[in-house]
Amino acid sequence: MTIRLTLAAALVAAVALPSAALAQAWEPTKPITFIIPAGTGGGADQMARFLQGVVAKNNLMKQPMIVVNKGGGAGAEGFLDVKKNKGDAHTLIISLSNLFTTPLGTGIPVSWKDMTPVAMLALDQFILWVNTEAPYKTAKEYLDAVKAGEDKKFKMGGTGSKQEDQIITAALDRLIAPKKFTYIPYGGGGQVATQLVGKHVDSSVNNPIEAVSQWKAGQLRPLCIFDAKRSTYTGKVTATQAWSDIPTCKDSGVDVTYQMLRGIFMPGDVKPEQVAYYVDLFKKIQATDDWKTFMEQGAFNQTFMSGPDFTKWVEANDKVHYDLMKEAGFLAPGR
Amino acid sequence: MTLSVGWTTQTSWGDSVLEEISALMGGFKVALSWYNLLLMLVGILLGVIIGVLPGLGGANGVAILLPLTFTMPPTSAIIMLSCIYWGALFGGAITSILFNIPGEPWSVATTFDGHPMAQQGRADEALTAAFTSSFVGAFVAVVMITFLAPVIARFALKFGPPAYFAVYFLTFASFIGMSKGSPWKVVAAMCLGFALSSVGMNKVTGDLRLTFGFSELLNGFDFLIAVIGLFGIGEILSSMEAGLKFQGAAAKIRLGAVFSTWKTLLKYWATSVRSCIVGCWMGITPGGATPASFMAYGLAKRFSPNGDKFGKGEIEGVIAPETAAHAAGTSALLPMLTLGIPGSPTAAVLLGGLMIWGLQPGPMLFVEKPDFVWGLIASMYLGNVVGLIVVLTCVPLFAAILRVPFSIIAPIILVVCAIGAFTVNNSMFDVWLMLAFGVIGYLFQKLGYPLPPLVLAIVLGRSLEEAFQQSLRGSQGSLGVFFQTPLEASIMLIGIALLLWPLYGSIKARLGGGGGSSGGGKAKGVAAAPTPVSVADRLAVLKRDYATLKRELDAATQINNRLLKAEPMTSQAIDLQNATDHSLENAIDKIRSRLDALKQQNAFLTR
Repeated sequence: MTIRLTLAAALVAAVALPSAALAQAWEPTKPITFIIPAGTGGGADQMARFLQGVVAKNNLMKQPMIVVNKGGGAGAEGFLDVKKNKGDAHTLIISLSNLFTTPLGTGIPVSWKDMTPVAMLALDQFILWVNTEAPYKTAKEYLDAVKAGEDKKFKMGGTGSKQEDQIITAALDRLIAPKKFTYIPYGGGGQVATQLVGKHVDSSVNNPIEAVSQWKAGQLRPLCIFDAKRSTYTGKVTATQAWSDIPTCKDSGVDVTYQMLRGIFMPGDVKPEQVAYYVDLFKKIQATDDWKTFMEQGAFNQTFMSGPDFTKWVEANDKVHYDLMKEAGFLAPGR
Repeated sequence: MTLSVGWTTQTSWGDSVLEEISALMGGFKVALSWYNLLLMLVGILLGVIIGVLPGLGGANGVAILLPLTFTMPPTSAIIMLSCIYWGALFGGAITSILFNIPGEPWSVATTFDGHPMAQQGRADEALTAAFTSSFVGAFVAVVMITFLAPVIARFALKFGPPAYFAVYFLTFASFIGMSKGSPWKVVAAMCLGFALSSVGMNKVTGDLRLTFGFSELLNGFDFLIAVIGLFGIGEILSSMEAGLKFQGAAAKIRLGAVFSTWKTLLKYWATSVRSCIVGCWMGITPGGATPASFMAYGLAKRFSPNGDKFGKGEIEGVIAPETAAHAAGTSALLPMLTLGIPGSPTAAVLLGGLMIWGLQPGPMLFVEKPDFVWGLIASMYLGNVVGLIVVLTCVPLFAAILRVPFSIIAPIILVVCAIGAFTVNNSMFDVWLMLAFGVIGYLFQKLGYPLPPLVLAIVLGRSLEEAFQQSLRGSQGSLGVFFQTPLEASIMLIGIALLLWPLYGSIKARLGGGGGSSGGGKAKGVAAAPTPVSVADRLAVLKRDYATLKRELDAATQINNRLLKAEPMTSQAIDLQNATDHSLENAIDKIRSRLDALKQQNAFLTR
């Protein structure tokens, strides 16, 4: 065991008081390694660290949870690590869309089938944003302008390459054919939002939480949300608008829907009672007020799934990504 | 003390400044509770420990300790976390100076002169200079944050990919000019660094490069592994070859060192001011602390009258990078608070912390949670003061570590390096990689290739390339994008000027110097004296040279005599000998080269 892990374990253990012993079929016997297949500061990182915080604050587990970032190769590093640790019930990984896009885009031999799906925590939304100083008030107006403009003149900022943001951009490209957006990848969502405020790009498809502060400050304007239904959060975010006031893209004449999985996976070959323990744990987390606040702050779509339902969903979503990436020409040779 | 500074210099600025001062006072009220002061102290101590252990950098340290703070009120929590951050910044300098192992990327430039100082038995001076400069840099940046936050936040928005590229370009350009040896060796080392930095995934294209199917290489070469190997292991290999003697053993524990060093520091106020400006600017733009430290070192070398002594234990070479790195590291918190973009990996983890406490960083944070923001800013003032006091009182203790014999300390360093390398990614592969880098570091020293350009390219090569690719995507491949607005164009032009400066100097020297100068590869045009034309002038120079030579020879002989007289060889005499060995060798080297030059000139004149 490394200094880092033991140090962390000792410190966390010092804080967490032993919770009331519940009769459990299986319980972790050593610290849990919680892998984030992305760098520090992004959406997955925030959620994982938040989960760690909720677990520690509410004494939901006897063993501490240690968060490790393994973001190399667009997350392949983290997924390969989980694949390697077959049967290890003390390893968890939080997934974002790179669960599908990284293997398809890079050809690295790893797949969600190498892992055990535990639970879907939520679906993260995507919103089409422009600078408030831009003249476009609806998604249709904006796309019409892109279509009427010079080819590749409009710049779409996003996170990463051949990942969710670029996939959405490619889907939008279909609607404005033969014109295209120029997609410019940045290191993280916060940076993209700032670049949009500084007018270095014309639009972005930031997650709500990445751009909410700029929306409040009147710097960015949401045009539409890439979900089939409007958001359910009706509390006012700005003086006049709530998340639920943002129309769906489909209603605005832009027929694209896309959401990102925030789910938990374990290594392959783990026992059913071990999976059941974690499903139960995440249900407890979802019951906390902290979690509810966090969900509202980021306008997450709160859908909880586990067991065969979740596996089926993952399978279907894998197919969706395959089709989208195939059409956009993002597949690695041999896929 | 901090308050009086605020009042005396800022009252004339008008109402908005007064408002900010009263907000800051409110912040002090929040920060100055016994509970928070205790947290500051604990945070600083934990931070120093984190900073001292290579591999366990500030970002990891803060990430590990984040859960500790979940049960605290948000303001206390962020005070403790930011104090860990300060502590880690202070701690990074300790290993750089004592063992040539930079714990953080921005401590690399500190090793260039800090470690030679330690080898000469001046570790306490180097440490005091480093700590004090860190404090000065951070303090100036905090004052700037207090009064200029909104203005600066707006300025940072102007930076698109071309401007980022221009900043990185400027860093590399200002660095190339400071080469001591052959400029081609600098370019070769830099190119190797670029090649190493291209391994792994390219974020702009999403393609894997040069991984050869090894999953260990997906992430590319981690900077820390490279630096621990190149500097730490390389240094140990070289010292072993030098016969297991560690020159720093002569380190004396002088209790007055802190105050005597402070007196010297005042002389270099110009370097401090310049480095503060470079640091604040790079922190906001946000180029970050690492380019800031390298750039400040390069500039100090160019502008200092002792520029040619840099790299041999010049105190200015410690002041410049430390001041700039900490000014930048502190100003990097500003884009995080006002824009929600982390300026450094540690700031990214702190950002995650903010979200957990339900605080949304961004333009609204100052409006929505003024208590929190001003509490944090006040804790920056207090945390730095507390940190400085803590580390300065420990200077003699740190310096005393060097009295441990090399045969004991070397294996310990080796083990700590290996643990550090392993900790970065929990991977044994990295330990082997560290050893491989150690061999490269040793070979570089042997063959006279400079390490800094290699390290700079490993650290910044990737960001440089990404900014370049993003810019060209936006401009559809036109290079004109780097000169489109005055902001980018001016940074690029300064960079090009710095790049061409040594070339211009060497051309000038060559044109004016005739055949007199030996070894055209030195490229130190700035330092070259105007070459006299007439024979009379030449003779005058010869006479002056001879006088200097004689003076140096006398001085060397005197030292020698004193050494010989000191009998029996007590431990004090051995200490003295060790300390003077170095300067004696230098003097003799100089005399020899002067003698050669003299003979050459004589031959020329008689012909």
